[in-house]
Order: sequence, then C-alpha cells, then structure tokens
Amino acid sequence: MRETRTLRQPLREGVIDVGLGLAALVWLLPYLWMLSTSLKTLPEIVRAPTAPLPSGFELGAYRAVLEAMPLARYFLNTTLMALGIAVLQILVALPAGYALAKLKFAGRGVAFGMVVATLLIPAQVRFVPVFALLADFGLVNSMTALILPFGVSAFGTFLIRQALLSVPDSLIEAARMDGASELRIVYGLLAPMLKPTLVSFFLFSFVYHWNDYFWPLVMTTDDAVRTLPLGIALLREQGTGVRWHIVMAGNVLLSAPALAVFALAQKHLLRAVASKGP
Amino acid sequence: MRPSRRLDPLWMLGPTVALLVLFFFVPLLQAAKSSFYDWDLLTPPRYVGLDNYRALIETGELRHALTTTLTLSVIVVLGSMSLGLALALGLNRPGRFAAFVRSAVFSAYVVSWVSVALLWLWVLDADAGAFTALCRALGIPTTNWLGNPRAALYALAGVTIWKIAGYSMVLFIAGLQDIPRSLYEAASLDGAGAWQRFVNVTWPLLRPTAAFVGTTSLIISFQVFDVVRVMTQGGPVRSTSVFVYAIYEQVFLNLRVGRASALVVVFFVMLLGLTALQLWAWRKKGAA
Repeated sequence: MRETRTLRQPLREGVIDVGLGLAALVWLLPYLWMLSTSLKTLPEIVRAPTAPLPSGFELGAYRAVLEAMPLARYFLNTTLMALGIAVLQILVALPAGYALAKLKFAGRGVAFGMVVATLLIPAQVRFVPVFALLADFGLVNSMTALILPFGVSAFGTFLIRQALLSVPDSLIEAARMDGASELRIVYGLLAPMLKPTLVSFFLFSFVYHWNDYFWPLVMTTDDAVRTLPLGIALLREQGTGVRWHIVMAGNVLLSAPALAVFALAQKHLLRAVASKGP
Repeated sequence: MRPSRRLDPLWMLGPTVALLVLFFFVPLLQAAKSSFYDWDLLTPPRYVGLDNYRALIETGELRHALTTTLTLSVIVVLGSMSLGLALALGLNRPGRFAAFVRSAVFSAYVVSWVSVALLWLWVLDADAGAFTALCRALGIPTTNWLGNPRAALYALAGVTIWKIAGYSMVLFIAGLQDIPRSLYEAASLDGAGAWQRFVNVTWPLLRPTAAFVGTTSLIISFQVFDVVRVMTQGGPVRSTSVFVYAIYEQVFLNLRVGRASALVVVFFVMLLGLTALQLWAWRKKGAA
C-alpha cells in the first residue's frame, strides 16, 4: 500500500505541474503575441503573419499610433477621469460610512437601504436618462459627465462602513473631548486609520474606471475628453484591414499601465477583489 | 453614538444621497417612464402605452436578446467557475511557481475588456490568426470563429472565460484557505484519498464561496458589452446581440429610446432577480 502511494504521489504532482504550466502559457502567450506583432512591419505581417518573432526591433507601428491619435491627450484624460472618480468616491464615502457605522439618527436605515439598492443599478440601466439630463445642462462631452455620475460608490461606502465598525467608540469620544470637529475626526483621524482599506479601494476603483469603455463611449464624441480605451478601439474600427501591428502597438500602450499597476500593487488589488465577498 | 450636533448626519450623507438620487434613482424612474413613449432624442416624446413592449415581443427581439445573453452566461459561468476551481486547487500552495501562475491568470482580470477584445480579435483572425494556425498545425478542425454565426457567440464566451477565470480563482483560493488543515489530516488518517477528501471536506465547505462566485459571474456575464462592441458588433447576423448591446444599438444606431428603455426595464428586472439570488448566496457565505 505505502509503496504505491509514494510512487504515485510524485507522478500526480508532475501531471498537475504540467497542467499549471500550460495554464500559464494560455494566459501569457497572447500578451507575448501582442508584443511580438507590435514590433513587426506591414510586409512581414502580410508575408508570414504567424511568424513567432519579428525580424527586427521595429517601432514603426508605435509611431503610426502616435500619428493616428492624440495619444498623450487621451492618456491624460483617462488618468484624470479615473483619478477624479476614485478620489471623489473616497471623499464622499468617508463621512457617509462614518455616519452609517457610528452615529444613531432617524433615517439611517433608509440611507443605508438606498446605498445597498444602488448595487442593483449598473451603468447600462441609467445611461440614457443620465445622458439626457447632462445634455440639458450642456455637459455631454465634458469631464463632469465622465466623473460626477460615478461620484458615489456603493461598494466603497460599504467597505468604509465595514472598516469603521471595528474602530472603538471611545477613540472618537476622546477626540470630541479634545475639541476636534466631526470634519476633523472623519478626514484627519479616521481616514489615516483606514489607510489599507482606502488604498485597496482607490486602486480597485482607479483601474476599473481607467479601463472603462462603456461610459466614455456613450458620453463623449469629442477628442478633448475622449479616453484611451475608446481611442485604441477606434484603431480597429477605422478599417485598418491587415494593419494588425498598429492595432497591437496601441493595445500594448493600453494594457501596459494596467499591467504595471498590477505588478506593483497586486496584493492590494487582490484584497479589494477578495473583500467583495465578506 | 449620538451625533455631536443634531444635523451632522445631514452633511455627512448629503452628497451621497444627492448623487444617488440624481444619477441612480431618478434615471431609473425616467427609464421606466420612457418605455411608454416613442422618442428619437430629437423630436418631443410621444405616449404610446405598451407599444414598445409589444414590439419587442412581436419582432422577436426580446426573445433573441434573452437567448443570446442566457447562452453566453451559462457557458461563461460554468466555464469560468470550473476553470477557476481547478486552478485554485492546483495553486493553493506556497512557492514561486504557484505565485507566478496565479499572477498570470489573474492579470487578465486587471487589463481592460477592450485590450482583451483586441488581443483575441487578432488571435482568432480567420486568415492570419495564431489560434487558427495552431488548430491547423495540430489537425484540429477550425472555423472563422467570429465570422460564423454558429460559432461567434461561443468564441465570445471563451474570451470572457479567459478574462474572468482569474476572479473566481482568487475567491476560491481565499475560500480554500479558510478550511482548517486539521480536517484534511483527519480525513487522511481515516484513509481518504484525494478525491474523497475533495468530495467530503473541500466541496461542502467551499459551497458558499461557489454560490457567491456563481451569482457574481452571472451578473458580470449579463452585463457583457465591450467584447461584443469591439469584436463582432452584435453580428454576424445578430448572433452575438446580447442584452446590453441590443440596448446600445437601439439608442445610438436606431435612435429608438422608447424601445431601448423597455429593454432596460426588462434587463433591470432580471438583474433584480439575480441580485436577490446573490444576497441569498452572500448571507449563506456569511453564515459559513
């Protein structure tokens, strides 16, 4: 009995390792393929589209992307939008989370219910009326249209409320005795204490909105506020035919920042994802 | 605790409530109202009663949107969950190799849907795509995955699985780590093999996690839009026209806001049902 088990164990582990290695390939090869294609030239793609490596280190495709669109503008727009949303969400959610976690007042249940109910209303359900509303104020094609409708995050409010529940009341009472205003308690005392939660949520929200395609697609038509995912997706729509090297060069530029954030802050992002299930 | 001044909750919750009303609740009610109107965004809306809903049913548009969305969702949920669980079981261990594979799989969840869509558009290209070439080299029958009306929806489902399997993997690993080691040791002492340990220890304790992951992936797959917009534009012959894409198409291509709003209402009611399911799973997870 024991003999066969000790023999079978390494065999099984070997098979599992091979399977996991294959999985890594399935997820990594497409990125490498994207990178390789982006370094090719048009004649190369026409001649041998599936050649694994480019014949040289050719940056022509990247230059073509830069010529096709105001890349720096799009990059700046996307970053400003994602930054604006993430910061606004945290600023708004901190006092709300504090009131919901720590204060007793009439209407708390209703307010909490409203926040929970928001989870039911995704962007796809509300974009038409919001578009019409913003159009009435001439705000379509503006940063306001991209940022303000996401100013409150149910997930963020939840997360902050949850984290504040474990802060002892005595701490807040002591600060009040010292004459600290509620404003100071929320942003000056409690916010620094919640730093790990806030960092995780900030990164999660930033990456999510940096990547967003749907909302900027329906809210903008103007280069001045268009975001990078839209611009890069347009590379394909412009009837580029077989100019895959240019599309892939754009895609490298689009995915690199997200992958860089992931590489640097993997732990935080994983925590935000895992905390979706309490 | 009592608020230090009676009106403090007002400024604390004011911004949240104002934004919720302005950008969530009023739009929802307006969408419901628009569904009874004929409106092209340019001329004033005209009341038409239930005509929009009737048209959705009579043209078969509703049935089509439901069929494509449900087909996609079932494949995506089953595929990404079983893949995520298998990966979690293999990768729930220390070491650099496991950490490397975990990062590789989860990275797809972090990059944008647009990136993923463009990537696979090229890999699946009928003439020059790497996947097509690989299939030919291995002698596996292949097709024009995105141009064949009978294959395109499955291709999109595959791409979506690739994108979100890392999400279920991460949650399953977290679930596995909550299972006490002593249970496995006890099962081993009783002579249970690997399969028996999975059936009798792992799966029963993982079921609440599975319920949560399942409903969340269901909601994600219901909202799929970017891959459709970038890869197939709902085609070929509308075979990939899922719910959200149909809504988008009605508004921006057909300028039929009323018809789109009726779709939004049906979509919202379905999400409501799914979320009820999720809250139930959530509670179960909290209880475990």
